Amino acid sequence: MKEFRADLHIHTCLSPCAELEMSPRNIVNEAKRKGLQVIGICDHNSAENVPAVEKRAAQEGIAVIGGMEVTSREEVHVLALFDREEDLFSLQGIVHANLPGSNDEQLYGEQVIVDENEEVLGFSDKLLIGATELSIERLVELIHERDGLAIAAHVDREGFGILGQLGFVPEGLALDALELADPSKRDCVPRGNRLPFITSSDAHKLEDVGRKATTFWMNAANTAEIRRCLSGAEGRRARI
Amino acid sequence: MSRTLRDIAKELKLAVKTREDLLARTVTGGYAGDLLSDVLAHAGQGQLWITLQTHANIVAVASVKELSGIIIVNGRTPEEATLQKAEQESIPILVSPLSTYDVVCRLCALGVTNREGV
Repeated sequence: MKEFRADLHIHTCLSPCAELEMSPRNIVNEAKRKGLQVIGICDHNSAENVPAVEKRAAQEGIAVIGGMEVTSREEVHVLALFDREEDLFSLQGIVHANLPGSNDEQLYGEQVIVDENEEVLGFSDKLLIGATELSIERLVELIHERDGLAIAAHVDREGFGILGQLGFVPEGLALDALELADPSKRDCVPRGNRLPFITSSDAHKLEDVGRKATTFWMNAANTAEIRRCLSGAEGRRARI
Repeated sequence: MSRTLRDIAKELKLAVKTREDLLARTVTGGYAGDLLSDVLAHAGQGQLWITLQTHANIVAVASVKELSGIIIVNGRTPEEATLQKAEQESIPILVSPLSTYDVVCRLCALGVTNREGV
Protein backbone atom coordinates (compact mmCIF):
# COMPACT_ATOMS: atom_id res chain seq x y z
CA MET A 1 0.00 0.00 0.00
CA LYS A 2 1.22 3.51 -0.81
CA GLU A 3 0.52 7.00 0.45
CA PHE A 4 -1.02 9.36 -2.12
CA ARG A 5 -1.50 13.06 -1.61
CA ALA A 6 -4.52 14.07 -3.64
CA ASP A 7 -6.18 17.38 -4.49
CA LEU A 8 -9.36 16.18 -6.17
CA HIS A 9 -10.98 19.52 -6.94
CA ILE A 10 -9.02 21.73 -9.35
CA HIS A 11 -10.51 23.99 -12.04
CA THR A 12 -8.90 24.75 -15.40
CA CYS A 13 -9.25 27.75 -17.72
CA LEU A 14 -12.45 26.11 -18.99
CA SER A 15 -14.29 27.34 -15.90
CA PRO A 16 -15.38 30.93 -16.55
CA CYS A 17 -14.47 31.93 -13.00
CA ALA A 18 -10.95 30.40 -13.13
CA GLU A 19 -7.82 32.30 -14.15
CA LEU A 20 -6.49 31.83 -17.68
CA GLU A 21 -3.18 30.69 -16.11
CA MET A 22 -4.96 27.40 -15.21
CA SER A 23 -3.60 25.56 -18.25
CA PRO A 24 -2.88 21.82 -18.18
CA ARG A 25 0.87 22.44 -18.21
CA ASN A 26 0.79 25.00 -15.39
CA ILE A 27 -1.55 22.89 -13.25
CA VAL A 28 0.63 19.78 -13.60
CA ASN A 29 3.83 21.72 -12.86
CA GLU A 30 2.25 23.32 -9.82
CA ALA A 31 0.92 19.97 -8.58
CA LYS A 32 4.40 18.51 -8.88
CA ARG A 33 5.93 21.46 -7.05
CA LYS A 34 3.38 21.02 -4.23
CA GLY A 35 4.13 17.30 -3.89
CA LEU A 36 0.77 16.00 -5.09
CA GLN A 37 0.61 12.51 -6.61
CA VAL A 38 -3.06 12.70 -7.65
CA ILE A 39 -5.12 15.57 -9.05
CA GLY A 40 -8.84 15.69 -9.81
CA ILE A 41 -9.92 18.02 -12.60
CA CYS A 42 -13.41 19.36 -11.94
CA ASP A 43 -14.58 22.25 -14.08
CA HIS A 44 -18.12 23.56 -13.78
CA ASN A 45 -20.49 21.29 -15.71
CA SER A 46 -17.86 20.31 -18.28
CA ALA A 47 -14.87 18.00 -18.72
CA GLU A 48 -13.41 19.17 -22.01
CA ASN A 49 -9.97 20.00 -20.60
CA VAL A 50 -9.52 16.66 -18.80
CA PRO A 51 -7.81 14.85 -21.74
CA ALA A 52 -5.20 17.61 -22.07
CA VAL A 53 -4.38 17.51 -18.36
CA GLU A 54 -4.13 13.71 -18.53
CA LYS A 55 -1.64 13.89 -21.40
CA ARG A 56 0.49 16.46 -19.62
CA ALA A 57 0.36 14.66 -16.28
CA ALA A 58 1.35 11.32 -17.81
CA GLN A 59 4.69 12.88 -18.79
CA GLU A 60 5.27 13.97 -15.20
CA GLY A 61 4.11 10.84 -13.41
CA ILE A 62 1.06 12.45 -11.81
CA ALA A 63 -2.25 10.58 -11.78
CA VAL A 64 -5.34 12.43 -12.99
CA ILE A 65 -8.90 11.59 -12.00
CA GLY A 66 -11.19 13.13 -14.58
CA GLY A 67 -14.29 14.82 -13.29
CA MET A 68 -16.76 17.67 -13.27
CA GLU A 69 -18.30 19.90 -10.65
CA VAL A 70 -21.94 19.53 -11.59
CA THR A 71 -24.59 21.99 -10.38
CA SER A 72 -27.85 20.26 -9.49
CA ARG A 73 -31.23 21.95 -9.91
CA GLU A 74 -31.17 22.78 -6.19
CA GLU A 75 -27.91 24.65 -6.96
CA VAL A 76 -25.83 22.15 -5.01
CA HIS A 77 -22.30 21.54 -6.34
CA VAL A 78 -21.41 17.85 -6.67
CA LEU A 79 -18.02 16.48 -7.72
CA ALA A 80 -18.34 13.59 -10.18
CA LEU A 81 -15.06 11.67 -10.58
CA PHE A 82 -14.41 8.81 -13.01
CA ASP A 83 -11.67 6.42 -14.07
CA ARG A 84 -12.89 5.92 -17.63
CA GLU A 85 -13.11 8.81 -20.03
CA GLU A 86 -16.18 7.29 -21.73
CA ASP A 87 -18.09 7.42 -18.44
CA LEU A 88 -17.04 11.01 -17.82
CA PHE A 89 -18.06 12.14 -21.28
CA SER A 90 -21.29 10.18 -21.22
CA LEU A 91 -22.25 12.12 -18.07
CA GLN A 92 -21.08 15.35 -19.69
CA GLY A 93 -23.50 14.67 -22.55
CA ILE A 94 -26.40 14.40 -20.11
CA VAL A 95 -25.26 17.45 -18.15
CA HIS A 96 -25.03 19.57 -21.31
CA ALA A 97 -28.44 18.39 -22.52
CA ASN A 98 -29.86 19.58 -19.18
CA LEU A 99 -27.96 22.87 -18.94
CA PRO A 100 -29.92 25.83 -20.31
CA GLY A 101 -28.43 29.09 -21.53
CA SER A 102 -25.25 30.21 -23.24
CA ASN A 103 -22.21 31.95 -21.84
CA ASP A 104 -21.64 35.71 -21.82
CA GLU A 105 -17.86 36.18 -21.75
CA GLN A 106 -18.16 39.80 -20.67
CA LEU A 107 -20.23 38.85 -17.64
CA TYR A 108 -18.83 35.48 -16.56
CA GLY A 109 -15.45 35.08 -18.26
CA GLU A 110 -13.94 32.99 -21.05
CA GLN A 111 -14.36 29.21 -21.22
CA VAL A 112 -11.20 28.10 -22.97
CA ILE A 113 -10.68 24.57 -24.30
CA VAL A 114 -6.96 23.84 -24.69
CA ASP A 115 -4.60 21.01 -25.56
CA GLU A 116 -1.63 19.79 -23.54
CA ASN A 117 0.64 22.41 -25.15
CA GLU A 118 -1.60 25.35 -24.29
CA GLU A 119 -2.89 25.65 -27.84
CA VAL A 120 -6.43 26.99 -27.82
CA LEU A 121 -8.79 24.47 -29.39
CA GLY A 122 -11.93 26.53 -28.93
CA PHE A 123 -14.37 28.06 -26.48
CA SER A 124 -17.34 26.43 -24.81
CA ASP A 125 -20.52 28.42 -25.42
CA LYS A 126 -22.55 26.57 -22.76
CA LEU A 127 -23.58 28.53 -19.66
CA LEU A 128 -21.21 26.49 -17.49
CA ILE A 129 -21.75 28.69 -14.44
CA GLY A 130 -25.48 27.87 -14.52
CA ALA A 131 -27.50 25.12 -12.86
CA THR A 132 -28.58 21.92 -14.60
CA GLU A 133 -32.15 20.68 -14.45
CA LEU A 134 -31.00 17.43 -12.79
CA SER A 135 -32.16 16.83 -9.22
CA ILE A 136 -29.39 15.92 -6.80
CA GLU A 137 -30.85 12.41 -6.42
CA ARG A 138 -30.85 11.84 -10.19
CA LEU A 139 -27.35 13.26 -10.49
CA VAL A 140 -25.90 10.92 -7.86
CA GLU A 141 -27.68 8.03 -9.57
CA LEU A 142 -26.21 8.96 -12.97
CA ILE A 143 -22.72 9.16 -11.46
CA HIS A 144 -23.03 5.76 -9.76
CA GLU A 145 -24.44 4.10 -12.87
CA ARG A 146 -21.08 5.00 -14.43
CA ASP A 147 -19.00 3.75 -11.46
CA GLY A 148 -18.08 7.30 -10.50
CA LEU A 149 -17.59 8.95 -7.12
CA ALA A 150 -20.24 11.48 -6.05
CA ILE A 151 -18.91 13.95 -3.51
CA ALA A 152 -20.84 16.97 -2.22
CA ALA A 153 -18.50 19.93 -2.74
CA HIS A 154 -17.49 22.48 -0.08
CA VAL A 155 -20.27 21.55 2.34
CA ASP A 156 -18.94 24.09 4.85
CA ARG A 157 -19.70 26.98 2.48
CA GLU A 158 -23.20 28.38 2.42
CA GLY A 159 -23.42 29.14 -1.29
CA PHE A 160 -23.74 26.04 -3.49
CA GLY A 161 -22.92 23.69 -0.60
CA ILE A 162 -25.45 20.97 0.15
CA LEU A 163 -26.01 22.07 3.75
CA GLY A 164 -26.56 25.70 2.78
CA GLN A 165 -28.85 24.95 -0.14
CA LEU A 166 -30.80 22.05 1.33
CA GLY A 167 -30.38 22.54 5.09
CA PHE A 168 -29.15 18.98 5.63
CA VAL A 169 -28.03 15.96 3.61
CA PRO A 170 -31.26 14.40 2.29
CA GLU A 171 -32.07 11.03 3.79
CA GLY A 172 -31.03 8.14 1.59
CA LEU A 173 -28.86 10.24 -0.73
CA ALA A 174 -25.99 7.88 -1.59
CA LEU A 175 -23.08 10.34 -1.59
CA ASP A 176 -19.59 8.84 -1.30
CA ALA A 177 -18.16 11.70 0.75
CA LEU A 178 -18.49 15.33 1.79
CA GLU A 179 -15.79 17.78 0.76
CA LEU A 180 -14.69 20.41 3.28
CA ALA A 181 -13.12 23.64 2.07
CA ASP A 182 -11.69 24.02 5.58
CA PRO A 183 -10.91 20.71 7.34
CA SER A 184 -10.97 22.40 10.76
CA LYS A 185 -14.74 22.83 10.25
CA ARG A 186 -15.36 19.08 10.35
CA ASP A 187 -16.93 19.28 13.79
CA CYS A 188 -19.40 21.94 12.65
CA VAL A 189 -20.93 19.59 10.08
CA PRO A 190 -23.90 17.55 11.30
CA ARG A 191 -22.79 13.93 11.12
CA GLY A 192 -26.13 12.17 11.33
CA ASN A 193 -25.36 10.57 8.01
CA ARG A 194 -21.80 9.46 8.95
CA LEU A 195 -20.42 10.28 5.53
CA PRO A 196 -16.61 10.41 5.24
CA PHE A 197 -14.81 13.69 4.57
CA ILE A 198 -12.26 14.76 2.01
CA THR A 199 -10.69 18.17 1.66
CA SER A 200 -9.46 19.82 -1.52
CA SER A 201 -8.40 23.22 -2.78
CA ASP A 202 -11.19 24.09 -5.27
CA ALA A 203 -8.31 25.97 -6.94
CA HIS A 204 -9.35 28.62 -9.47
CA LYS A 205 -5.82 30.08 -9.59
CA LEU A 206 -2.42 28.45 -9.72
CA GLU A 207 -1.12 29.30 -6.26
CA ASP A 208 -4.14 27.54 -4.70
CA VAL A 209 -3.42 24.13 -6.26
CA GLY A 210 -2.65 21.71 -3.42
CA ARG A 211 -3.42 24.27 -0.71
CA LYS A 212 -5.80 21.64 0.69
CA ALA A 213 -5.33 17.94 0.00
CA THR A 214 -6.45 14.54 1.26
CA THR A 215 -4.00 11.72 1.95
CA PHE A 216 -5.09 8.28 0.79
CA TRP A 217 -3.38 4.98 1.70
CA MET A 218 -4.18 2.67 -1.21
CA ASN A 219 -2.71 0.43 -3.91
CA ALA A 220 -3.32 2.62 -6.94
CA ALA A 221 -4.68 6.03 -7.82
CA ASN A 222 -8.18 5.32 -9.11
CA THR A 223 -11.75 5.87 -7.98
CA ALA A 224 -12.27 2.24 -6.95
CA GLU A 225 -9.35 2.50 -4.54
CA ILE A 226 -10.47 5.92 -3.28
CA ARG A 227 -13.90 4.41 -2.62
CA ARG A 228 -12.23 1.72 -0.47
CA CYS A 229 -10.26 4.40 1.40
CA LEU A 230 -13.48 6.32 2.13
CA SER A 231 -15.17 3.28 3.61
CA GLY A 232 -12.00 2.09 5.34
CA ALA A 233 -12.17 -1.24 3.50
CA GLU A 234 -9.28 -3.70 3.33
CA GLY A 235 -6.90 -1.61 5.41
CA ARG A 236 -7.17 1.45 3.22
CA ARG A 237 -7.80 4.84 4.70
CA ALA A 238 -8.14 8.55 4.06
CA ARG A 239 -6.96 11.47 6.18
CA ILE A 240 -7.89 15.13 5.81
CA MET B 1 -54.18 40.54 9.26
CA SER B 2 -54.40 36.77 9.43
CA ARG B 3 -55.80 34.88 6.50
CA THR B 4 -56.38 31.25 5.77
CA LEU B 5 -54.42 29.47 3.11
CA ARG B 6 -57.69 28.86 1.30
CA ASP B 7 -58.26 32.64 0.94
CA ILE B 8 -54.72 33.14 -0.23
CA ALA B 9 -54.84 30.26 -2.71
CA LYS B 10 -58.00 31.74 -4.20
CA GLU B 11 -56.82 35.35 -4.34
CA LEU B 12 -53.42 34.48 -5.84
CA LYS B 13 -54.86 31.76 -8.10
CA LEU B 14 -52.39 29.21 -6.75
CA ALA B 15 -52.30 25.61 -7.92
CA VAL B 16 -52.96 23.42 -4.89
CA LYS B 17 -50.68 20.35 -4.96
CA THR B 18 -51.68 18.73 -1.67
CA ARG B 19 -55.01 17.74 -0.14
CA GLU B 20 -57.63 20.47 0.26
CA ASP B 21 -58.28 20.14 3.99
CA LEU B 22 -54.76 21.47 4.76
CA LEU B 23 -55.88 24.87 3.44
CA ALA B 24 -57.88 25.65 6.58
CA ARG B 25 -54.68 26.82 8.27
CA THR B 26 -54.18 30.40 9.30
CA VAL B 27 -51.17 32.21 7.91
CA THR B 28 -49.50 34.55 10.41
CA GLY B 29 -46.96 36.13 8.05
CA GLY B 30 -44.39 35.15 5.49
CA TYR B 31 -40.79 34.29 4.77
CA ALA B 32 -39.03 34.15 1.39
CA GLY B 33 -35.78 32.27 0.80
CA ASP B 34 -34.09 29.59 -1.27
CA LEU B 35 -31.20 28.68 1.03
CA LEU B 36 -32.78 26.10 3.30
CA SER B 37 -30.15 26.69 5.99
CA ASP B 38 -31.28 30.32 6.14
CA VAL B 39 -34.95 29.34 6.35
CA LEU B 40 -34.13 26.93 9.19
CA ALA B 41 -32.40 29.78 11.00
CA HIS B 42 -34.89 32.59 10.41
CA ALA B 43 -38.40 31.53 9.43
CA GLY B 44 -41.08 31.70 12.13
CA GLN B 45 -43.98 29.53 13.21
CA GLY B 46 -47.14 29.94 11.16
CA GLN B 47 -45.42 31.81 8.33
CA LEU B 48 -46.05 31.01 4.70
CA TRP B 49 -42.77 30.22 2.93
CA ILE B 50 -42.11 31.39 -0.62
CA THR B 51 -39.28 29.56 -2.42
CA LEU B 52 -38.11 28.24 -5.77
CA GLN B 53 -36.73 25.03 -4.24
CA THR B 54 -38.71 21.89 -5.04
CA HIS B 55 -36.58 19.24 -3.29
CA ALA B 56 -38.19 17.02 -0.63
CA ASN B 57 -36.05 18.71 2.04
CA ILE B 58 -38.40 21.72 1.90
CA VAL B 59 -41.08 19.60 3.59
CA ALA B 60 -38.78 18.70 6.47
CA VAL B 61 -37.80 22.35 6.90
CA ALA B 62 -41.43 23.51 6.89
CA SER B 63 -42.33 20.77 9.34
CA VAL B 64 -39.49 21.52 11.78
CA LYS B 65 -40.23 25.27 11.68
CA GLU B 66 -44.01 24.68 11.90
CA LEU B 67 -44.66 26.85 8.83
CA SER B 68 -48.22 27.14 7.58
CA GLY B 69 -47.35 26.18 4.01
CA ILE B 70 -45.06 26.52 1.01
CA ILE B 71 -45.57 28.49 -2.20
CA ILE B 72 -43.27 27.34 -4.99
CA VAL B 73 -42.65 30.14 -7.50
CA ASN B 74 -41.95 30.51 -11.22
CA GLY B 75 -44.28 27.62 -12.00
CA ARG B 76 -41.68 25.07 -10.94
CA THR B 77 -42.92 21.53 -10.54
CA PRO B 78 -42.43 19.94 -7.12
CA GLU B 79 -40.83 16.52 -7.29
CA GLU B 80 -42.98 13.45 -6.71
CA ALA B 81 -41.02 12.61 -3.53
CA THR B 82 -41.69 16.14 -2.26
CA LEU B 83 -45.46 15.82 -2.70
CA GLN B 84 -45.53 12.37 -1.08
CA LYS B 85 -43.63 13.67 1.91
CA ALA B 86 -45.84 16.75 2.08
CA GLU B 87 -48.96 14.57 2.28
CA GLN B 88 -47.36 12.46 5.02
CA GLU B 89 -46.27 15.47 7.04
CA SER B 90 -49.42 17.50 6.29
CA ILE B 91 -47.53 20.41 4.75
CA PRO B 92 -49.58 22.27 2.13
CA ILE B 93 -47.77 22.96 -1.14
CA LEU B 94 -49.01 25.53 -3.63
CA VAL B 95 -47.52 26.67 -6.92
CA SER B 96 -47.59 30.10 -8.54
CA PRO B 97 -46.41 31.01 -12.04
CA LEU B 98 -45.20 34.33 -10.62
CA SER B 99 -41.75 35.19 -9.26
CA THR B 100 -40.96 35.44 -5.55
CA TYR B 101 -41.14 39.23 -5.72
CA ASP B 102 -44.56 39.26 -7.36
CA VAL B 103 -45.97 36.65 -4.97
CA VAL B 104 -44.73 38.66 -1.98
CA CYS B 105 -46.22 41.88 -3.38
CA ARG B 106 -49.61 40.23 -3.77
CA LEU B 107 -49.44 38.76 -0.25
CA CYS B 108 -48.71 42.21 1.14
CA ALA B 109 -51.66 43.63 -0.78
CA LEU B 110 -53.83 41.01 0.92
CA GLY B 111 -52.54 42.20 4.27
CA VAL B 112 -50.38 39.15 4.96
CA THR B 113 -47.53 40.82 6.83
CA ASN B 114 -45.34 39.86 9.77
CA ARG B 115 -45.96 41.33 13.21
CA GLU B 116 -43.66 44.22 13.93
CA GLY B 117 -40.34 43.13 15.31
CA VAL B 118 -40.80 39.59 14.06
